[in-house]
Amino acid sequence: MSFYRGVTCENVTIKGDKGTPITAYTAKPEGKGPFPGVVLIHHLPGWSELYIETTRRFAHHGYMAICANLYHREGGSEANPDDVAAKVRAEGGIADAQMVGDTAGAVAWMRAQPELNGKVGLIGSCSGGRHAFIYACQRKDIDAVVEQWGGRVVMGKEELNDKTPTAPIDMTSGLSCPLLGLFGNDDRAPSPEQVNQHEAELKKHGKNYEFHRYDGAGHGFFYWHRPLYRPEQCMDGWEKIWAFYGKHLGGK
Amino acid sequence: MCTSIIEIAHAEGMAKRGDEWFPLSHSVVAYDHARHANLGDVITLDFYNTGLDAGARAAVELTLESAKELRAALDRAIAAADYEEAEVRGKGAVISLVRAA
Repeated sequence: MSFYRGVTCENVTIKGDKGTPITAYTAKPEGKGPFPGVVLIHHLPGWSELYIETTRRFAHHGYMAICANLYHREGGSEANPDDVAAKVRAEGGIADAQMVGDTAGAVAWMRAQPELNGKVGLIGSCSGGRHAFIYACQRKDIDAVVEQWGGRVVMGKEELNDKTPTAPIDMTSGLSCPLLGLFGNDDRAPSPEQVNQHEAELKKHGKNYEFHRYDGAGHGFFYWHRPLYRPEQCMDGWEKIWAFYGKHLGGK
Repeated sequence: MCTSIIEIAHAEGMAKRGDEWFPLSHSVVAYDHARHANLGDVITLDFYNTGLDAGARAAVELTLESAKELRAALDRAIAAADYEEAEVRGKGAVISLVRAA
């Protein structure tokens, strides 16, 4: 095998929440496996190119990966993801319960792949980081979760509504797998104080977690196409992810 | 930042995408990280129609300072328009804007 592993990518239709068909982008490494799996939960800007690229990145590193379009219902998967994300934003975002149902569909797809080594990790950033934490607290079918700067894990009562009825921090006791958290200390959502609260709750419940908090970085410091990008902190963060998934998913 | 700062208003009018104009149903103002502008957090303006496809959208990303300048310009233009309307129609003028004869 060459240094740069071949990858096969395709869009698939999976069963989302309540059986609704939604599109998901998948990437598989060349070879028969067995491979660990990673399920990506995209951020507020939607099923964006960044997430599609990141899905492929995992495959290059020997993981099967899938990223479902959580905004599929709002414009299909042929429409421009930017426009669809704007529509979702105007409608107050998606319901947490629907996200859990859609992500469960992606996890089920991954678990049905014959090349899987039996281990599935979850990862998300921004709203996807919040979603990944929620999923790991509500379901018991993943083996490790990475939360990247999840906003609104800590929520005031006035922020709760039908779509987000419970603050994720109040779900902490249900966390079912090891958690890796990556945060920028210049971020305001989540602020360092909110990350402190998040960590205190994990400690209180005796959860298996590791947090890495970077100076000189704010929100979205992995986003290479944005001024938020911080290459040094980003590359260190990737190393933390490879080590974490290597340990808990058997990735190499 | 991953804010929940968003304001939605009813909109009656039209907006342009490409060569095509479409009728509007809503204006949306938000403050969040930019999708396109080479900036951090921005005020985003989306003019769109909920009854049409997701692409029926005219979008703008502005720095906070630019948004404040736009707001001031809107305020001036709207105040002048209100006065114009009141003068033409002979009633409904904002008292502070009614000039002494």
